[in-house]
Amino acid sequence: MRMRTLVATCGVAALALTAAACGKDEPSAGGGNSGGNATDSCGELHKFTAATGVDVPGSTAFTKIKSAGKVTVGVKADQPNLGYKDADGKRCGFDIEVARMVAAGLGVDPDKIEYKEIPSANRETAIAGGEIDYYVGTYSITDKRKKQVSFAGPYFIAGQDLLVRKNDPSMDAGKTALKGKKVCSATGSTPIQRVKDEQLTEASNISEFKTYSECVSQLLDKKVDTVTTDDAILKGYAATAPDELRVVGKPFSTEKYGIGLPLADKALREKVNSILETSASDGTWKAIYGETLGKSGSDSTPPPLEKY
Amino acid sequence: MSAVLYETPGPRAKLRNRISNVVVLLVLLGAIAWLIHRMYAFGQFEGRLWRQFQYSSIQRQMLEGLLNTLKAAGLAAVLAMLFGAVFAAARISDHKWVRTPATLIVELFRAVPLLILMFYFYFGNIQFGLGLSPFWAVVFGLTLYNGSVLAEIFRAGIAAVPKGQREAAYALGLRKNQVVRMVLLPQAISAMLPAIVSQLVVLLKDTALGFIITYGELLYVAKQMGGRLTYGFPYIPTYIVTAVIYIGLCSLLSLLARYLEGRSRRRRKITGAPPPLPLANDPSEGAPV
Amino acid sequence: MFSVLTDNWPLFRDGFWLTIRLFLVSGVLSLIIGTVLGAFRVSPVPALRGFGTGYVNILRNTPLTLVFAFLFFGAAKMDLALPNPFWTAVGALTIYTSAFVCEVVRSGVNTIAPGQSEAARAVGMSFFQVLTIVVLPQAFRAIIPPLMSVLIALLKNTTIAAGFSVVEAGSIPAAMSERGENQLVTLLWITIGFLILIVPLIFLQRWAERRTAVA
Repeated sequence: MRMRTLVATCGVAALALTAAACGKDEPSAGGGNSGGNATDSCGELHKFTAATGVDVPGSTAFTKIKSAGKVTVGVKADQPNLGYKDADGKRCGFDIEVARMVAAGLGVDPDKIEYKEIPSANRETAIAGGEIDYYVGTYSITDKRKKQVSFAGPYFIAGQDLLVRKNDPSMDAGKTALKGKKVCSATGSTPIQRVKDEQLTEASNISEFKTYSECVSQLLDKKVDTVTTDDAILKGYAATAPDELRVVGKPFSTEKYGIGLPLADKALREKVNSILETSASDGTWKAIYGETLGKSGSDSTPPPLEKY
Repeated sequence: MSAVLYETPGPRAKLRNRISNVVVLLVLLGAIAWLIHRMYAFGQFEGRLWRQFQYSSIQRQMLEGLLNTLKAAGLAAVLAMLFGAVFAAARISDHKWVRTPATLIVELFRAVPLLILMFYFYFGNIQFGLGLSPFWAVVFGLTLYNGSVLAEIFRAGIAAVPKGQREAAYALGLRKNQVVRMVLLPQAISAMLPAIVSQLVVLLKDTALGFIITYGELLYVAKQMGGRLTYGFPYIPTYIVTAVIYIGLCSLLSLLARYLEGRSRRRRKITGAPPPLPLANDPSEGAPV
Repeated sequence: MFSVLTDNWPLFRDGFWLTIRLFLVSGVLSLIIGTVLGAFRVSPVPALRGFGTGYVNILRNTPLTLVFAFLFFGAAKMDLALPNPFWTAVGALTIYTSAFVCEVVRSGVNTIAPGQSEAARAVGMSFFQVLTIVVLPQAFRAIIPPLMSVLIALLKNTTIAAGFSVVEAGSIPAAMSERGENQLVTLLWITIGFLILIVPLIFLQRWAERRTAVA
């Protein structure tokens, strides 16, 4: 009896595995489905040429990068238009382009980047411990974090906003309307910390999951009422499912996205800042913005750097 | 099956059982049908939710995740066996200064949640820059926990060999090393095999904790697939497929356990070795994670 | 080292309190459901036995994390989700642990020699009497020690809820990371917390093993 059940389950598993052995080549082949899928497949990435003869005197991180011939960059994977990994395993988005641009500026071929997906809660430890060389993933510059890591940039300014179900007008007033609402965000992220600090909603109404996708799924399933984080992230989701989701559009914070670097490495920070400066003046910033976040229609300009 | 609780049924009881059987079957089928209808009503059979499985790149990623799962499980299994053997040996040592610390260590690792053990390696690596990848955090975490449980299984297995065997061996003038190696172990091993294999099933399942510390195993890939809004957050399809794969893998191991159990039973008839550890009492049965 | 604990005392206190609540509620529920399933597996009705076997085989071979993920993100897709994260976590832990309780109960009952209940029936005891006076008291002996192991495992398994919006002890590291505290010291305190909870259970298990050992 038991034996037979086992054999049956094994059979099913084996079938599933063999069935998986043949398949279509490209995710893009499955276009024309019910939802808009403009953001799923990563298109062509921006072309960067690696700088030659780069040297950053006094930077231990750079010495490591140079001898390895590659960089390890911490990113996010579930944020359409920012840091996204498509069904094909390709990465794209504004943060990815910035990461590639910095790699090129440091003299490393952008195709030789080793990406690591670091959850929000582990970013500081990952940078401080050298698990990654730098981090580009909607990483807000804050004084508290500056004690553990250093920041180049900002390379983008965002604001905390609310993602709601399209037909739910109850939170259109912005953050003051959050009382009594179930709010979701990523574990250890700045936005959820702000909701807690300012007591925008009751502690029992706060949900924290590992990724924003899980929060958005809960939003669509009506388990939470809103997902809060930076508008840049939320717009990506709203653009993917415009019939079901929308962004409230009343940002209630200023989030300066920086590139997270090891705390002690002042030389590297200055080098990365100069790469960002060049990109602002030679039009590269505008170009990669237009290819990623700019696709949603809004315009933007590179923010002034905050050197320290 | 079990004749403990009820008499072999007579004609009336047989009829009653048959009727209950039909009723229960109907209820079960009804429940399954309702669940499938529920899935259908909520659009869980829509094509776009299942489309990802057709892409060869996704299949590659799933296969990679599966390989990562097997890699971590395989290495951890080998290391855990070594750890278990060493600590079991230490625990049956004649010297108290060897026995006591070994017992403490084994008990400690059995008491700490596996996730916390993995966190130690994950954060310890980051803090001290040891250069270990999450893979090693998973492997070492699994090794310490399962190694401790295996040490307990080995010890109990050796202790279960009838006393007379040991006494006879000592009476022949064998040294302790020889007694354990030549007399106790060969007999204990066949009795321990089922318990060992079911602990390995636990180990295989526990690799799924790796996703929490960003190790790209099967569940990690599944969560990524499920988290794609473009495909309507296909959590249900992905989890069903993932569960089938896990159940398949673990069942294969369980089948192996059953086969070994059968073999050891046949062998026992010939050699008179001790019975397998009663499954109810072996620590692995009671220790799901 | 101590400041890590004292500065963040509310976090640790609330975290472990939630862990204890998760443990107690899902422990009781698992015992009830597991026993019922165990009864299914020794019942004379084949369909019930089949259901019990299928349930145990599926749940024991599925990672707990997957059960969690399914209840949190899958069930919500069919509008079948439990009311809040706490109860969803209780649900996942109960569904999973019941399978192990069921196995313990089943093998416990199977340790009783058929002669025992045959003799009991022969002296005219009813099914209920056989079960409560003869079989269960003896099966208890075989059940208690492995049942304690299952409960200890359940207590440790509560940490998995940390990944699913339940702020129990396992979620402390993430919160401490945000506060910039030393992670290893944090982990040390969590370990100590779990030892405080688990060591009494281990002693209870040892005690029960001695009490119930066949002389």
